[in-house]
Amino acid sequence: MKMIVAVVQPNKISEIKDALNAAGIERLTVLDVEGYGKQKGHTEIFRGREYEVLFTRKTQIEVVVKNEQEKQAALDAIIKTARTGNIGDGKIFILPVEEVIRIRTGEKNEEAI
Amino acid sequence: MEFNLVDTLWVLIAALLVFFMNAGFAFLEAGFVRAKNTVNVLAKNFIVFGLATLAFWAIGYTLMFKGNFSAVFFSDYKSGVEGLKIPEMVFFFFQLAFAATAASIVSGAVAERIKFISFIIFSLILVAFIYPVIGMATWGGGFLYKYGFIDFAGSTVVHSVGGWAALAGIIVLGARKGKFKEGKINAIPGHSMPLATLGTFILWLGWFGFNPGSELAFDEKVPLIALNTNLAGVSSMLVATILSWIKFKKPDFGMILNGLLAGLVAITAGCADVTPVWASVIGLLAGFVVFFGIPFFERLKLDDPVGATSVHLLNGMIGTLMVGVFAVDKGLIDSGSFSQIIKQLSGIGFTFIVVFPASLLVWFLLKLVMGMRVSEKEEYEGLDYGEMGYEAYILDDKR
Repeated sequence: MKMIVAVVQPNKISEIKDALNAAGIERLTVLDVEGYGKQKGHTEIFRGREYEVLFTRKTQIEVVVKNEQEKQAALDAIIKTARTGNIGDGKIFILPVEEVIRIRTGEKNEEAI
Repeated sequence: MEFNLVDTLWVLIAALLVFFMNAGFAFLEAGFVRAKNTVNVLAKNFIVFGLATLAFWAIGYTLMFKGNFSAVFFSDYKSGVEGLKIPEMVFFFFQLAFAATAASIVSGAVAERIKFISFIIFSLILVAFIYPVIGMATWGGGFLYKYGFIDFAGSTVVHSVGGWAALAGIIVLGARKGKFKEGKINAIPGHSMPLATLGTFILWLGWFGFNPGSELAFDEKVPLIALNTNLAGVSSMLVATILSWIKFKKPDFGMILNGLLAGLVAITAGCADVTPVWASVIGLLAGFVVFFGIPFFERLKLDDPVGATSVHLLNGMIGTLMVGVFAVDKGLIDSGSFSQIIKQLSGIGFTFIVVFPASLLVWFLLKLVMGMRVSEKEEYEGLDYGEMGYEAYILDDKR
């Protein structure tokens, strides 16, 4: 079991969700996040003074996959939809998951995903 | 005494419009501060009409219009006002709404770091004692009035008075943490432009009570005053738009909002005494004054979260002065004489000499006696939590 954590452009989230669903992965956690990487920030203006906003708004998605095959399908779906080729497309992190428990039934691991 | 029903109704409606400017200030200031200080700013703007009512009813009115303490708590009211066809009670309410405006102006400048109690005490003193001194001299039949100083609706009496009190406040109070750091001037962006916009629209609407209502009758001058008021406001707004567009390559909306208010403040003194063309020229000037005024105060390390000192003080003064240039018959252009300019300068100077030191003294005493500023920790956490015990935006049901 792996958790896929991806930081993506907020406007891509709807397409990513559809692509994941089409690949049979029908679950997703979405977080609004801010940060910076290569893209850096931008300047804004408030009443006569410019200031730098280093933190850019991004969306972070988290999805747990059962096996290698599902992982690959999820990655394909995310990369295919999130990539524009410009700086700021985002990043994907893959983390091991030790245990999963469904609160309602007490089911564990693959059955609980 | 015979009352004119139309006059009475008009002045009452104008007073209600001016009263509603409190909502305008509340939203404008709330939008221009950070989310963590919203409740505190709203509360100051809400309570200030209560404070002003109390102070003006008890002391301010009698000082301003009787020149003594004979009518404390409005106890000595006659049925009418000399020279007008409205009941004195309506006149009183109209004047009360003005007095409250002066106190509201202070609120924004000292926002995001002042103790609630310090603001309350200062507001009471301002409306009870300081504002009426200038009011008496100008509108209460005092020496400036006799001398020929023109401030029709209060560029000086209301806006400069509020502005000087605000400037004194931010000098004694100091800047917000993080505004000036390592020689750099930082922007501290407000949290809600929709609120600021609504507030500015309400103030714009309110000004049509503030200026035309100051005629204190419904006569042929009212439409001219309304027209002049709008022309100056929009001219200033457009200048602020263009200047910011040139400087930043984008129109700066916060500056556009303040630009409108700057023009409205500037025309308030002369709105009944200039032609529409000169009204719009006064507005043009106001746009420049506010655009360069805001960074000017920042370079002096004076931190004014809403730009009140530029909008109300600088434009109050410039608008008052311009009456001496542009006033029909009396101004420099029509008469070729500097005498009206001298009169205008006297009014501006007297207001400075009275209000600025008096406000400095009151603020300084408040600082000495009770401490004027919240703790550094509270400033970081927000005055909503620290001063009020409640935050403006509760977006979840975790608690």
